[in-house]
Amino acid sequence: MAGPLLEVRGVTKNFGGFNALEDIDFEVQPGERVGLIGPNGSGKSTLVNCICGSLRNDAGSIRFDGQEIGTQPAHRRIRLGLARSFQIPRPFASMSVLDNLRVPLLYAANARAQKKLSHGEVAAEALRILEQVGLAGKARDTSGGLTQVDMRKLELARAMASKPKLLISDEAMAGLSASEVDEILALLCGLKGLGVAVVMIEHVMRAVMKFSERLAVLVAGRKIADGDPQAVAGIPEVVKAYLGE
Amino acid sequence: MTNRVFAAVAFAVAIAFAAVTQLISNEYYFTAAYTVLQFVILATAWNILGGYTGYVNFGSAAFFAIGAYSSVVLYNAFKAPLPVMIVAGTLIAGLAGLGLGYLTLRLRGVFFAIASLALAVVLYTFVVNWDYVGGARGAYVLQPSEVPFGLPRYVHLLYIAMVLMSALALIVARTIETSTLGRGLAAIRDDELAAECSGVPTLRLKIVSASVSCALMGMAGTTFPYFLSYVEPSSAFNLSYAVNSIAMPLIGGMMSWVGPLIGAVLLGSVQQLVQVTISSAWNLLIVGVLLVAFVTLAPNGIMGWIDLWRRRGRG
Repeated sequence: MAGPLLEVRGVTKNFGGFNALEDIDFEVQPGERVGLIGPNGSGKSTLVNCICGSLRNDAGSIRFDGQEIGTQPAHRRIRLGLARSFQIPRPFASMSVLDNLRVPLLYAANARAQKKLSHGEVAAEALRILEQVGLAGKARDTSGGLTQVDMRKLELARAMASKPKLLISDEAMAGLSASEVDEILALLCGLKGLGVAVVMIEHVMRAVMKFSERLAVLVAGRKIADGDPQAVAGIPEVVKAYLGE
Repeated sequence: MTNRVFAAVAFAVAIAFAAVTQLISNEYYFTAAYTVLQFVILATAWNILGGYTGYVNFGSAAFFAIGAYSSVVLYNAFKAPLPVMIVAGTLIAGLAGLGLGYLTLRLRGVFFAIASLALAVVLYTFVVNWDYVGGARGAYVLQPSEVPFGLPRYVHLLYIAMVLMSALALIVARTIETSTLGRGLAAIRDDELAAECSGVPTLRLKIVSASVSCALMGMAGTTFPYFLSYVEPSSAFNLSYAVNSIAMPLIGGMMSWVGPLIGAVLLGSVQQLVQVTISSAWNLLIVGVLLVAFVTLAPNGIMGWIDLWRRRGRG
């Protein structure tokens, strides 16, 4: 193995006088499944935004696939194979579900591929991904009218359509019912077979414990633990951060 | 329909429209048609940035005036032939759009709209104080006495030029709409952050969209000095251009190239009709009333209303 797929070193992000992230180190190996947890406001989404380029980190370095990406615009990072889903679904609401997937296929997957997909192949590939997530029956529907759980699936499908090496799932399960959580969980677990590394940000502990091969914990902008999920979940500091004393 | 077939059809229709010059003798109809077609181009052009990309441009009149005044400069400098004026004006307006895009498209939503309005004010002030193009007094641009192609009057030539330019504008708009570029622009309109995170180079696409949109607006203005034989800042920068190029796509529908075409033909014709039957002062009032009516009753324009009606018919 040539080294980690994602390597975050000493990343710091301030909003005015507020330190949202302080000196964060975080790694993801190729194909690895990592859980990232922390109370609300602990900096999880800020970290994702810094990694994916929606925000610029104030200090530290972010390397992806052996390349420094900290200064690159978001669309370049996506094209390198770094995809994310949004905590609050952000579909392209005027487009059909299928057309939503065309965007990353045309702009991210095609930009990286040796051989570009034709328009027919793009549609076929989009439909294949929709089948994987169970949305094929709604391919022609307008995405703005989907139910919450379908919107989450669409978020993941759209992220998968960019053919990522690493997918960051930002609270894809928040507010869903137990059976819906299982559906999303099965989807994310299925990515392992495709060789895609996944970082799962989540509050649903049952899902996190089931999913993660490694667990990292953020509290107030600092990483307080990182390691085997069972061991991490037993650390008193982690328990305190989540449940109080 | 492929882009090539559409282009062929559009130009065939344009030639048919041009051939009408041989049939109708009353010049007024060509003057009126010229004005309506001018709005077809402005509305189609505005919609590329406003409808496809979701960035409202309040400065349409500025780009129209850039086209018009670049023709005035070329006329004053060396009596340039009409095709040179059209090409030059289009390019200069496109460059201005590129500049505006580069400087302001990092701003989102309403901030871009304000910046585009500011540009119109700045350019107006600049032209008023520029003596070479006549300043506030305006400039005469006399139509050549020789009319080419055996046409009866010069207005016929201008009408034919406008017909061809309208066809070109529609072809450009439709090509963008059906292309990968159009897909990227629609993604930006729907959700810019999600578009960027789907690999769409949002800033570059917005700048391309602004350049093309502004170039076509400039193109609509290039023949304006010959049309009136006299240009002055308040006619070239007229509020009606800015208002109409927003109102027409809004009334016709902003999601496809058909909407601005329908809106411009409808609104443009009504305005011409009112101008000869009632009074020219009523023009903007009518636009305003129609705009209010459509925003409340059919927010997606005529095309949106037709879509809804069709879907109901099916399901």
